[in-house]
Amino acid sequence: MVSTLTKNERHFAFIISVSVAMCGLVMAAAGRNDLLGTHGFIVFFFALGVTFILARGYYDPEPGDERFSAYYDEPIKAGIILAMSWAVFAMFVGDWVAWLLAYPELTFDEPWASFGRLRPVHTTGIIFGFGGNALIATLFHVMQRTARARMPDQLSPWFVLIGYNLFCVLAVTGYPLGITQSKEYAEPEWYADIWLVIVWVTYLALYLRTLARRQEPHIYVANWYFLAFILVVAVLHIVNNLALPISLSSAKSFPIFSGVQDAMTQWWYGHNAVAFFLTAGFLGMMYYYLPTRAKRPIFSYRLSIISFWGITFLYMWAGSHHLHYTALPQWVQTLGMSFSLMLLVPSWASAGNALLTLNGAWHRVRDDATLRFMMVAAVFYGVSTFEGSFLAIRPVNSLSHYTDWTIGHVHAGALGWVALITFGAIYSLVPILWKRDRIYSPALVEVHFWLALAGTLIYVFAMWNSGIVQGLMWRTYTASGTLAYSFMDSVVAMHPYYIARAIGGLLFLVGTVIGFYNIWMTIRTPINIPRDLASDHPVTEHAGAPAAEPAE
Amino acid sequence: MAVEERDEHTGYLTTGHEWNGIKELNRPVPTVIWLFLTTAFLAALACWILLPAWPLGNTYTRGLLKADQRQRVTEEIAEAASKRSASVARIESMPFDEIRSDPDLMRNVIETGRTLFGDNCAACHGKTGHGGPGFPSLADNAWLWGGDADAVAETIRIGINSDHPETRTSQMLAFGHDGLLDRESILNVVAYVRSLSDPASAQGHPEAVSAGEKVFASSCAACHGKDGGGNTAMGAPNLTDQFWIYGGDEESIFSTLTYGRKGHMPQWESRLTPVQRKILALYVAGLGNGKEK
Ligand code: HEM
Ligand code: HEM
Repeated sequence: MVSTLTKNERHFAFIISVSVAMCGLVMAAAGRNDLLGTHGFIVFFFALGVTFILARGYYDPEPGDERFSAYYDEPIKAGIILAMSWAVFAMFVGDWVAWLLAYPELTFDEPWASFGRLRPVHTTGIIFGFGGNALIATLFHVMQRTARARMPDQLSPWFVLIGYNLFCVLAVTGYPLGITQSKEYAEPEWYADIWLVIVWVTYLALYLRTLARRQEPHIYVANWYFLAFILVVAVLHIVNNLALPISLSSAKSFPIFSGVQDAMTQWWYGHNAVAFFLTAGFLGMMYYYLPTRAKRPIFSYRLSIISFWGITFLYMWAGSHHLHYTALPQWVQTLGMSFSLMLLVPSWASAGNALLTLNGAWHRVRDDATLRFMMVAAVFYGVSTFEGSFLAIRPVNSLSHYTDWTIGHVHAGALGWVALITFGAIYSLVPILWKRDRIYSPALVEVHFWLALAGTLIYVFAMWNSGIVQGLMWRTYTASGTLAYSFMDSVVAMHPYYIARAIGGLLFLVGTVIGFYNIWMTIRTPINIPRDLASDHPVTEHAGAPAAEPAE
Repeated sequence: MAVEERDEHTGYLTTGHEWNGIKELNRPVPTVIWLFLTTAFLAALACWILLPAWPLGNTYTRGLLKADQRQRVTEEIAEAASKRSASVARIESMPFDEIRSDPDLMRNVIETGRTLFGDNCAACHGKTGHGGPGFPSLADNAWLWGGDADAVAETIRIGINSDHPETRTSQMLAFGHDGLLDRESILNVVAYVRSLSDPASAQGHPEAVSAGEKVFASSCAACHGKDGGGNTAMGAPNLTDQFWIYGGDEESIFSTLTYGRKGHMPQWESRLTPVQRKILALYVAGLGNGKEK
């Protein structure tokens, strides 16, 4: 890692990590009577660790100019390992909370092990830890390949990757301690949010600088999605996290909006986090790895344009469907519902564009589990967006809201779409990055595929059932006009479904562990550069001088 | 350097761009997509025309249906209430015995009582009313404050050791902790109290039991009664039956005597309507197979 940095970059990296360590110390001192202090120490030791790694490699020989004839792939490799580690961790916690719902007494009487604290560890760990690292890694790969340009420097990708993981660590260590803003998917407190802004702006700058160096006249679709992902997530994150800390020595803050304005801001954020993090980013991924793996041209360029603009324009309006039948004025709900309905068109157009691209390559889908991961992901993308538009219709939502149907919808998207497309992309990418002719064991990829598919189906069907049963129980009246079931009756009725879901989740988790093992073993097999990677290098004639100054 | 190629499989030309091997076909957007898009837009348009939809400064378009979710929910609640009003009025006005002798009304009471109990009482007293450690069973015919429907209704209304001004209050003193009795007296009275419900337990230490009996007469009988039969006027439990809130083994009774007890039941006057409380009283009083004590 350090040996690929220039002397100058090592110098800057050193300054950055020492400054972060100092910030950690200041936090620890200022927040000594508060949980902020604990986080101060975590920041300090994290930065100290990075400084130590830097110091160890500080006097390694500098990379030569020959580096400009290759893409900069080191941070991508680290990103993939991090993504898989977060996946195993957060899916483990996901399955843990799934068992906890079936057997609520399994908390060892410890506050940190209560459902309310562990649940965000799962959601943050999986969305930001797994999803975010996978997006950073694949995006670094795709942007260099489709621009045919190397990243402008070596320091900023590392800053983005490591800085981002510091944010994730602060988030998931905070919840068990009780640190949270209580905004779903935006739980981390103000200091972590500020840090993420710094990281994210560097990310955007790095992306734009690489794009500016591109040697291709046109910008490929995947990059439109990636750019939308980075830009919109920046805006969402900043607006939804506008908050005032109760004091600079406390971890606690309060949002500047209140009441229904705060709720609307939160779900404008929440929905567009789904749209631009869990959808746009992963569509970018799909647009690169699916056609390269299938060796087919994209079905229709024009369809890509329609889908892209449809998705970016329509999603922005849909957030209010999370607040149907609440204090939110009804006209806002109608707008959210109608835009969600229209959203189905570009969503299905994207899924269709992906599936139709496979025409002429279905024999590969049959034989190659990696490609099949991506094919099934596109199907689940279609399923979950159809379901989403359906749930956004107010009368339907009056049945589904507050029930496990939402959880089923979430995981049809999260397991079936987000996780499967990511596994497909990572299995395609690993042999390319580590210059192996294939993954260690295609048979294990096959095993992983079937475990993941079975796990997803069990999970989703269990939740569809339990959600609808729950919703119906809550609205069943007796002949005398009173509720037929107490809430507790509906909880009891959920028990078998919760066990089924936890078993489905376990299958999914086991598949992920096998996948990680397979990737690890691929890395450990000896290098044998496959022939078709011979052209995997940037166009260098016009690449210009290496960036003189580091990113920050 | 856009060089279009013809894709053999589909016969379409590519756009001529290429990124690391990826090409795109220059195929028109399928007609079905345009149809689909138009339909979806028309559906949205219909929503906007019929329902409240677009903001206009300080107001918004009301829509042809003049729908208003607030008004609608108010109406629905009123409608549901009027559907129930006949039975509600009867339950409200009739005395407990009369309600009981009306099977139709009783069916209504049991149906409604079950969900009311599940949503409000089951958290402490258990789904079936069988209680748990620290929370009395309501299905066992042993009552602290009386088990007829009127007494139960009153307990529900004001609670026990609650924040209601008329609350029922009771407390078992911490005899050991507060130094009212020495350790030996406590052990003796524990032996005596156990022998009340379980005569076999007296075997082997008759002296302790008879010593305990004296302690009982001087320190406990005031509340629990001379024979330990309890007193529902002050919420003192019967110690001669098989029903225990905190456990009837030696250790539990010892700990009750040492540290005292002061259970808490919330008041429901401010949370449930009189009719709801009446239904619950009937339901609860009927839990012990309908037998009252
Ligand atoms: C091993 C696989 C997984 C298991 C067992 C699992 C389990 C769970 C459980 C039990 C919950 C809480 C549900 C509730 O509150 O009723 C949950 C919530 C959630 N999970 Fe997962 N999960 C898994 C994988 C994933 C993945 C891969 C993602 C995303 C990429 C994900 C995203 C979420 C989200 C966003 C929520 C919150 C849903 C909401 O608030 O509506 N999960 N998960
Ligand atoms: C056309 C696309 C989609 C639409 C219109 C849509 C719509 C909806 C609706 C109506 C809800 C339920 C709101 C509620 O009752 O609380 C919901 C929840 C959710 N959806 Fe989607 N959805 C779409 C696609 C997706 C995809 C692809 C994913 C994931 C990868 C996803 C992830 C989620 C999550 C995480 C929630 C739970 C939010 C919460 O915590 O309450 N959605 N969506």
